[in-house]
Amino acid sequence: MGAGQSAEVETLFGDYPLDRAFDEMREPTGAVRPHYKALAETLARLPQDELERCKQSAELSFLTQGITFTVYGRDEGTERIFPYDLLPRLVTAQEWDRIERGLTQRISALNHFLRDVYSDAKILNDRVVPRELVYSCKHYRRQMRGLQVPRNVYIAVVGSDLLRLDSGKFVVLEDNLRVPSGVSYMLTNRRVMKRTFPQLFHSYGVRPIEHYPQLLLSTLRSLAPEGRPEPNIALLTPGVYNSAYFEHTYLARQMGIDLVEGRDLVTHDNIVYMRTTDGLKRVDVIYRRVDDDFSDPLVFRPDSALGCAGLFNAYRAGNVTVTNAFGTGLADDKALYAYVPRIIRYYLDEDPILPNVETFLMTEEKDRKHVLANLDKLVVKAVGESGGYGMLIGPHSTAQQREEFARQIEANPRNYIAQPTLDFSRAPCLIGNHLEPRHVDLRPYILFGDKVNIVPGGLTRVALEKGSLVVNSSQGGGSKDTWVLESQ
Amino acid sequence: MLSRVADSLYWMSRYLERAENTVRQLDVTMSLMLDAGGSSAEKRWGQLLVSLGSPKGLEWNGDLDAMASRLVFDSLNHASVTYCVNGARENARQVREEISSEQWQRLNRLYHQMHSAQVQSQFRSGISDTLATVIDGIHLFKGVSDTTMIHGQGWQFIRLGRYLERAYATATMLEVYQPGLLAPQGGEGYQHLEQVGLLRCCTAFEAYCQVYTADLSADRILEFLLLNRDFPHAIRYCVEGVRQSVDAIQRTGGRRSPEELTAGIGRLHAMLGFTTINEILTGDTAAFLHSIREQCLRIHELIYRYYVHYSIQSALAV
Repeated sequence: MGAGQSAEVETLFGDYPLDRAFDEMREPTGAVRPHYKALAETLARLPQDELERCKQSAELSFLTQGITFTVYGRDEGTERIFPYDLLPRLVTAQEWDRIERGLTQRISALNHFLRDVYSDAKILNDRVVPRELVYSCKHYRRQMRGLQVPRNVYIAVVGSDLLRLDSGKFVVLEDNLRVPSGVSYMLTNRRVMKRTFPQLFHSYGVRPIEHYPQLLLSTLRSLAPEGRPEPNIALLTPGVYNSAYFEHTYLARQMGIDLVEGRDLVTHDNIVYMRTTDGLKRVDVIYRRVDDDFSDPLVFRPDSALGCAGLFNAYRAGNVTVTNAFGTGLADDKALYAYVPRIIRYYLDEDPILPNVETFLMTEEKDRKHVLANLDKLVVKAVGESGGYGMLIGPHSTAQQREEFARQIEANPRNYIAQPTLDFSRAPCLIGNHLEPRHVDLRPYILFGDKVNIVPGGLTRVALEKGSLVVNSSQGGGSKDTWVLESQ
Repeated sequence: MLSRVADSLYWMSRYLERAENTVRQLDVTMSLMLDAGGSSAEKRWGQLLVSLGSPKGLEWNGDLDAMASRLVFDSLNHASVTYCVNGARENARQVREEISSEQWQRLNRLYHQMHSAQVQSQFRSGISDTLATVIDGIHLFKGVSDTTMIHGQGWQFIRLGRYLERAYATATMLEVYQPGLLAPQGGEGYQHLEQVGLLRCCTAFEAYCQVYTADLSADRILEFLLLNRDFPHAIRYCVEGVRQSVDAIQRTGGRRSPEELTAGIGRLHAMLGFTTINEILTGDTAAFLHSIREQCLRIHELIYRYYVHYSIQSALAV
């Protein structure tokens, strides 16, 4: 164990294991990393059951506040609180600076890419990205071709997932460019943390994130159609049965805008209105939390009752801004992901600041052969899925599962990619009454209006099951508050 | 405000008012059953059901505790208290952004209480205590609604729902109990219990005493519950509340003048304001009470037609 550590801190860790994976709190020698020292000492000084008591009171507060998400396919107890770990995850000012610059670069490039693909398609003509890959993506929307998007902003709200590898470097695992969720948990986690560890929070000098709703509102406002100086902004939700419904209500309330469902909207002469008790009221900007497919039954899925008939035409006519734009899922396709470094170089003429994870494309014969021979070591993902569905984690899979995936890859190579099984970083979590390491990722929230804005922080998601690599809330993941520290 | 939101707020409020009314009537009925001299338990239960709008699936089976437990906890029965609390919370959940966090937390806590195994298992040993807890929960919710919410359109729709539901429920109850009240059976002591019971169903006993002293008489009780202008559970007061809310909604919106609606409310308001209790008692009392219910239903329909389910074409024409 590391030198110079107090006996209390040693007791705190007990038989806490360290291995190859990067530990957020401890050096490989066992010493506590400098920026975590104050936290470790505070924890070590707390009485045994105090932490557990704090945790219970935090959980009760989540339940009575109704901060829950919906679990699909269960009749009883469909509302769960999002499991929450009491110990904050710390990010130093230098680390954050790199993340911020990296994401700004990446999101700008991806926005260029979307504008290009839906207009002149230069990048395809220059053969930097294969045409076939773009046109075979199920999130490519032909209807967007040649459509002028307000301020050329396709992706106003983004939540990219970052991992920290054993080298200590952050990499981007995926970009969520459609309807990223979780930001309400970032905000409520912070509120609970401030209440639980007020002294510690104060002594750390944590950068604030509470202004996110205000930034989101001004981002939406900046995208309003021309000639609408006082835009009426609404948040479009699929409704109360959506897993992120709590978040929709939370954001609408924090921004002071109306939360509308498809059935509240009507279009007439390419103008969108909402039904109010005072009659019809024009809507100028829609922050959309409904997938493309369900947004307008006249243009996309005709059986959808969640959207608004005629919305796309009103959008095309420039009478309403819908954000994120339609068809942005193209740029977070898991196969196109492999090309993002090239996309950054193509549009910005810069080297990527945040690297990608090595990715094998099943459409490339050499890659496919390699993957099929090494299925037990790799992670295979279906390109169009999210939320941890449609995944094979090689080292944790059975021979039968691998056979099944091999068959599917051969049958439809475009639908799959593979990546090495990553030993991403772990952070200490309170399990029972002691600390154990669990794998964590980091999802910062990026806003893009007049310029790119990232609140310093994000949602640290935790794979709460021992040894698990899956952090998605739908698959037993939890979260932590993320403290980005002021530079010293 | 969005029509759907107004609709949810209105129903949230109606459901809670209904839950409170059911709890109070159940409590009073059960305590009257303790005294053997009055009507049989079966007859009382039958009256209670009619007074609650004749819900199905709650026919008397001889086991009062089991019946009461179903009326409170059976979430599949549309008349049960739990069903109403679920309904209120579901409506509130759909308008989380409109109501204050305090309101939501109160209602959510009440909901979790109704579903806790502990409360359900304690029910048989202390029915009155459990019912009092529910009423407390509802009162807390109403309190924070009045103190933490902007008194704008949303609040007015909550108020509208509360008073319309209360006027309707009180009229229904009086319709059921007025024959027994006007042609009493049994000894003087039992009559007294019946009269106090009726007043307590409307939390009106103490208020009545302040106005008329504890000298109970059928005509005064009816006068108080129907025509008093200052007591919040009297029908006249409720209709005045409905009138004020609709006025306020119209003032803040100011789009169309819903003449039919204001006329409908005005008619009921005038009927209660310009009729004396003697006229009601010498005329057809039952018909009078029935007419109040009919008019409440009509007002509900008109509110829907003007604020919630209006036709798009007519709205575009404005």
